[in-house]
Amino acid sequence: MKGLFRRVSETQRSPITITVDGQPVTALEGDTVLTAVLLAGGQLRHNEFDGKPRAGFCLMGACQDCRVWTENGDELRACSTPATHGLRIVTAEVPWTSQ
Amino acid sequence: MDKPVVIVVGAGPAGTRAAQTLVHAGLRPVVLDENRQQGGQIYRRQPENFVRPAKKLYGAAARSATALHTAFAELLPHIDYRPETLAWGVVDQQLLTEHAQRVEAITYDALIIATGATDRIMPCPGWTLPGVFTLGGAQIALKAQACAIGSAPVFMGTGPLLYLVAWQYLKAGVKPCAVLDTSSLKTRIKGLRGLRHRPAILAQGVRYMADLMRSGVPLHAGIQPVRIEEHEDDDGLRVRGVTWRNSRGQLRHTVGDAVGMGYGLRSETQLADLLKCDFAFDATSRQWLPVTDVDGATSQQGIYMAGDGAGIRGADGAEYAGALAALRCLADMGHNVPAQNMTRLRKALEPMNAFRHGLETGFPWPWRNAASLPDETVVCRCENVTAGDIRRAAGALDAPEVNRAKAFVRVGMGRCQGRMCGLAGAEILAAARQMPIEQAGRIRSAAPIKPLPAKIRGIMI
Repeated sequence: MKGLFRRVSETQRSPITITVDGQPVTALEGDTVLTAVLLAGGQLRHNEFDGKPRAGFCLMGACQDCRVWTENGDELRACSTPATHGLRIVTAEVPWTSQ
Repeated sequence: MDKPVVIVVGAGPAGTRAAQTLVHAGLRPVVLDENRQQGGQIYRRQPENFVRPAKKLYGAAARSATALHTAFAELLPHIDYRPETLAWGVVDQQLLTEHAQRVEAITYDALIIATGATDRIMPCPGWTLPGVFTLGGAQIALKAQACAIGSAPVFMGTGPLLYLVAWQYLKAGVKPCAVLDTSSLKTRIKGLRGLRHRPAILAQGVRYMADLMRSGVPLHAGIQPVRIEEHEDDDGLRVRGVTWRNSRGQLRHTVGDAVGMGYGLRSETQLADLLKCDFAFDATSRQWLPVTDVDGATSQQGIYMAGDGAGIRGADGAEYAGALAALRCLADMGHNVPAQNMTRLRKALEPMNAFRHGLETGFPWPWRNAASLPDETVVCRCENVTAGDIRRAAGALDAPEVNRAKAFVRVGMGRCQGRMCGLAGAEILAAARQMPIEQAGRIRSAAPIKPLPAKIRGIMI
């Protein structure tokens, strides 16, 4: 799948791997979760009201439209959370019943 | 007697200069910042392992950015610096904060609020598509992550950031497909009366436009957005381009795979609201803003505002305003503050005020567009409340102002608390009821002013 974002420089950083919806995604140290996900694909989450994909909007922690979940059910704001090696996230809300 | 506790909220240009002024007076302020690194949005830093030099990151503002970063580094031993900390509420002279899922209440004697601003948004059909970002967001992607929002971005909106971001993308090797500006050449000429008060900044803006044109980027003035077009394939739902009307009303289409949009800035005023500071309607920007005097003192004793959070005057204005608010705070606490220091800062802010007026006149918020948004356009992106829903609140449900409309149809009820939809929602309501915008009011802030983690530890309030 083609990513939404495109790197323009700063490509000499150490690679890390995170897991997005069970699939490994390679990122670079210093990427935010939002950057890592949008370089690999086209969306971060689905809107709760119409189910359509969203990919963040403001990137500065104001719009709250980049919230994703860890596999443990913690909510993260992807634009302000650094991607760390081994992080496992899901882009759809984990039902309470499964926790 | 213990030294008074002054909390500075925000570590951008205003917060940094406020903290520095307090330190010079012998205080040890608490500096809260939501970001991981000091600098605010304008002088936002890249992660530590990035290597681009300041000149590349901040362009013409590199010296100011470096000076502000250096000043802050020198302050570190003298302040109680708390990065990645959200100030989310207030109770009885205590500021409520959250850091790493832990809440805390900090008792203060005075508060300097320097919370900055976000892009001012006028929705249009398609603005919730993946690939559409604010201008500020498009800039952060480039500045702090060395990424472009797409390979062929279209920039749409109005104001200086529109041209700055387009120019920064061009310089980064990602040529914008077009710059679509809702302000007409005629209004820009009107704005010159204010803009000429800062000739260097004005010249820079003209240079950005000239560089873009020379590189073959079409710049269109007086446009009206129609919709952001989508397409769906194996990669999912994506941006296909922007449909717009030119200044003669003709339909036009620009192909692109991403959109950066924004119409000037809006102040982050929630804390002042929780602190019960008086607000007044600012006719120039059509926003309700906290009332402050020239020094940044609010209607509440011990509460000061500085920087774009109190009205948009830009980064240089924010540095002066931060220092001035801190001096005023010190004077109010009984410190001996030389009058000429305050006079000098007040004077330095005068051209900023005139310039700000010039910007709002030259690149106005296209408020009339709100009335013509199709009913099905999403306005509140958190809860997918449409323009039609707001019109129903205004008409059949008879909501006289935005808080009632919020109760009826949930516009502004979502996670962002109306940061993205509030101003446009008020314009739609006012237009539907054919009343002046100030009568639509402003969405009341509520704690927590941003979502808190569900797993929270710490004190009980």
